[in-house]
Amino acid sequence: MSEINELYQEMILDHTKSPRNYKALPTSNRRMEGYNPLCGDRYTVYLDLADDVIRDISFQGSGCAISKSSASMMTQAVKGKTTEEARRLFQEFHKMITGVTEYNKNLIGKLTVFQGVSEFPVRVKCATLGWHTLAAALTGNEKTVSTE
Amino acid sequence: MTMQRDTKERLDVAKIRLDFPALAQEVHGHALVYLDNAATAQKPQCVIDTLNRYYSLENANIHRGIHYLSQQATDAYDEAREKIARFLGAREAREIIFVRGTTEAVNLVAQSYGRPSFRPGDEILITAMEHHSNIVPWQMLAEQTGARVVIAPIDDRGELIWSEFEKRLGKKTKIVSLAHISNALGTINPVTKIIQAAHALGVPVLVDGAQSAPHIRVNVQEMDCDFFAFSGHKLYGPTGIGALYGKAALLEAMPPYQSGGDMISAVTFEKTVYNKIPFKFEAGTPHIAGVIGLGAAVDYVSRLGLEAIAQYEHELLEYGTKKLEAIDGLRFIGTAREKSAILSFVLASAHPHDIGTILDQEGVAIRAGHHCAMPVMERFGVPATARASFAFYNTKEEIDALVRGIYKVKEIFQ
Repeated sequence: MSEINELYQEMILDHTKSPRNYKALPTSNRRMEGYNPLCGDRYTVYLDLADDVIRDISFQGSGCAISKSSASMMTQAVKGKTTEEARRLFQEFHKMITGVTEYNKNLIGKLTVFQGVSEFPVRVKCATLGWHTLAAALTGNEKTVSTE
Repeated sequence: MTMQRDTKERLDVAKIRLDFPALAQEVHGHALVYLDNAATAQKPQCVIDTLNRYYSLENANIHRGIHYLSQQATDAYDEAREKIARFLGAREAREIIFVRGTTEAVNLVAQSYGRPSFRPGDEILITAMEHHSNIVPWQMLAEQTGARVVIAPIDDRGELIWSEFEKRLGKKTKIVSLAHISNALGTINPVTKIIQAAHALGVPVLVDGAQSAPHIRVNVQEMDCDFFAFSGHKLYGPTGIGALYGKAALLEAMPPYQSGGDMISAVTFEKTVYNKIPFKFEAGTPHIAGVIGLGAAVDYVSRLGLEAIAQYEHELLEYGTKKLEAIDGLRFIGTAREKSAILSFVLASAHPHDIGTILDQEGVAIRAGHHCAMPVMERFGVPATARASFAFYNTKEEIDALVRGIYKVKEIFQ
């Protein structure tokens, strides 16, 4: 498979076209906006957080295929997880897409489709925009999180 | 068809390409197709050689040494100023101030021309198609002086709406500052008409020539602009060097922008007497190599001829427009009737960033993003665009490669 097809895998394209949990969340008690000023990608992540558990999560916004699909798959991956588990998963995800060879493949699961990003360093910010926004929402800072 | 043959005779693009070593390389296994010229242009060998020769053999500080090398460097530096004055059609070489680029030139005018005299309620008139570098220095000045930045709107083609511009030009206007050519849209502004209207009210005009100086013939006297700024690196010259043209009378009345060596004629601890123009504005050891390299770049484009360049690039624009508008789901951002060879577009199926990555894998270099013109993106309701910008060394075959790349994007995102 060529590098470009490695990057734009079927599952990524599917989540780009039909992002999951793509809505505002009426029950949310945390909300955070994430913005990449270099490319204009902008997402809002909604959290329903109770007793340190992500009971529900959704997102809305606009951006490239990598940022949108990554945010979409992130919402699926962290729903029902504790904040600590979500942070841990982000760490492992970050290792994988920045080309660190040692990362926890079991934790990563389906998110392995983003491994191709490691060949495109300028796209790492796209793949992590949703995750950075989630991390900021978990911390509870009421400010827009920026990749810059 | 006759047109094409005529131009080919005048501009031998195959031969010109050999002057640019960067164009001969492969990227991701494909011949490089460099279509990001509005961001920065590639350098001809003569410019590279000039820099190399300066640092290898001629390096010395200027305007102070009495030794041989210093005299050589001073002569080359002063000669470059003469070349650039001729290139822009300035009356005198002292009307050319060397700066780092267009951005610094705009900052210089804002801080040196605007700051001492602008008062609360004064207005700075710009357009809705400006690059951030022609917005932010004025916003800073507005904060410092209480003046206001007023924006003349543009229409759906990306053209300045004349009646709206006229409405905003008035007694309160202290300066008009606008792009000669929009970097995000390619629009060529009717600068002569704008300058006439402004001068009728006694308002000076700064023309941001970052995108025009490399692509169309500029004559500051015919245009009658008060200031004109451009960057060397977009004009096939070195990075970190550019020039500000200003009418001598205006420059003479302006205080220095920065202070230090070379900008003074006498210093005591009680009082400093400033040097005359242009030196008053060139504090410290300047970018000597850059200036001499820019002189070489100006020589190079002058040899090709700006008329021939403009005509050939217009053909590329027409060819590219025709090819790209045939692509289903592609929308141009910027369709002005007077346009430079810049094609800004979006695709229904793919984000500009994804377009950029996929084209890059095909060896095609374009820009994807907001092009430092976020208000333009907002005006057209897009977060970003993909932008192919052409230079005289580009070819129709390269536009075909761009088109193949776009179809590849569509295939992936079908």
